[in-house]
Amino acid sequence: MSSARKLLVFGGISLAVLGMLYGLHYAVFIEHQTLDRMGGSLAQAFVRGAEGNAPEADRAVDVYASTKYDYVRQVDVHSHWIGLAMLMIVLGATLDGVALEERLLTWIAAALFTGSLVFPLGVILQTVSHGAIWAAALAILGSGLVTVSLAVLAWGFIRSTT
Amino acid sequence: MPAQIAATFAPMSSRRLLIFGGIALIAGGMLFGDIFAVFVLHQNGGQTGQTLLAATEAVRAGNALAVKQIFEHLGGLLEDHGTKVDAHVHMTDAGYLAILLALIQPYVALSPKRKKLLAGWFVSGGLFLPVGIFLIHYVGLAYSPFASIGWASVLADSAGVVLIVVLIGETWGLWMFLRDHRNAGEPALPTDRTWERRALMGGGIVLVLLGFLYGAWYAGFDLYRHEAREAGILKTMLDRAAAGQGGTVVAVADYGSLAAERAVKIAAHSHLIEFGLLAMLLSFVQPYVQLSDNWKRRWVIVLLIGSIVLPVFVLLELNLGLLAGGIADLGGLLVIVGLTGMLVGVLRYSGSLDAASGATR
Repeated sequence: MSSARKLLVFGGISLAVLGMLYGLHYAVFIEHQTLDRMGGSLAQAFVRGAEGNAPEADRAVDVYASTKYDYVRQVDVHSHWIGLAMLMIVLGATLDGVALEERLLTWIAAALFTGSLVFPLGVILQTVSHGAIWAAALAILGSGLVTVSLAVLAWGFIRSTT
Repeated sequence: MPAQIAATFAPMSSRRLLIFGGIALIAGGMLFGDIFAVFVLHQNGGQTGQTLLAATEAVRAGNALAVKQIFEHLGGLLEDHGTKVDAHVHMTDAGYLAILLALIQPYVALSPKRKKLLAGWFVSGGLFLPVGIFLIHYVGLAYSPFASIGWASVLADSAGVVLIVVLIGETWGLWMFLRDHRNAGEPALPTDRTWERRALMGGGIVLVLLGFLYGAWYAGFDLYRHEAREAGILKTMLDRAAAGQGGTVVAVADYGSLAAERAVKIAAHSHLIEFGLLAMLLSFVQPYVQLSDNWKRRWVIVLLIGSIVLPVFVLLELNLGLLAGGIADLGGLLVIVGLTGMLVGVLRYSGSLDAASGATR
């Protein structure tokens, strides 16, 4: 088993376990409360509107928007970690068909693993501080690493078939 | 029937169980997704819009009690929609993971009995997780001792724990293989490079790349704009309703359009990547598909056409409406047909393998 394959298969399984543990923790301890807060704040906005209290209605819409901002990213982290993990394992299994040097393959595997870990991490860190540039930069860096690694692997695969 | 390929697909082995279970879970999840898209999705969206409109009418009338009742109903509609999407996604994803585990079985140094046990648990967990999620909306909190978690959630969460335990067990087996170079007792997968395998692998990588690029585009240019627009529309809707002005119908329609735009863009991104992964995974299964070369190629082409038609026409729903939606559903059906054709080929292969080994005995 080459080091690139080890990194992709082991890294992929570890990432899948991490994504599932996060999903389980999220489903048991956070999701229901978040959904309650999201639905509650939207209902509150309409109730305040019916009472003629426009400032409170607007404030409740802001709470709803903020909760949904977190919810979307929390769910995204779970699905992206597991999705990227599956991609890593598949690519690990197919490395024989990629016409690239062993050393380059190891670097690509390392970049893919780092990107797959960092991209969702950057997404979830955006919930710590809404609109944080550093968290968005981390997510962009991670997704860039994944995209470039995948493009290089695709190129290697195409070279091997021609 | 080449002996080295037959050796990697032993009767009642963990790999066979994971491949059958995986393809069945993926086909089941996609069929459920197609049924959901045709019979539930649009109707649910229409009802949600009507309910939101009723809520704005209640705001205009100053009836806070009616607003609360309407929102309880709205919560039910959203839960109905969300749990069905989740059931579809979790069933197909569990299928993908099952096939992935089948791929790494040669590197898992556990006894065949343990590997089979883990495979059985994984397929069962992959089935009960989406079933539990699907039932959340219907079971609710009936007879539940918890404040916000019902028995269906307990079933889903327990199935999730089973999947995690299996993955940890497989990781342990991999670790043993690497540490002691222990024989996993199973030959490596065949590495032939047929047209079907290359088409599925190449097509899969292209689909995944397209999905990534589109996802990056969506995150960069649409996500934040959509979030700001949603809050803006809700505030406009409430302000107009509270002031007794017209235009609430337009605001509710705007809200519906935004929800639809967001849904189709996310669906296009996720389906491109998922179908890409599926194609790549199915390339490994091809040696076990016992069909003529022509039929094997036909199913590959059907699957790849469906994989591009569905996401592209899901996106075009914004411009072409239900016509594009129908074509997208047809794309989903093509993927299911291609997948089922391959499953039939794998069943034929395992049947003839078992018959041959029975005759030898």
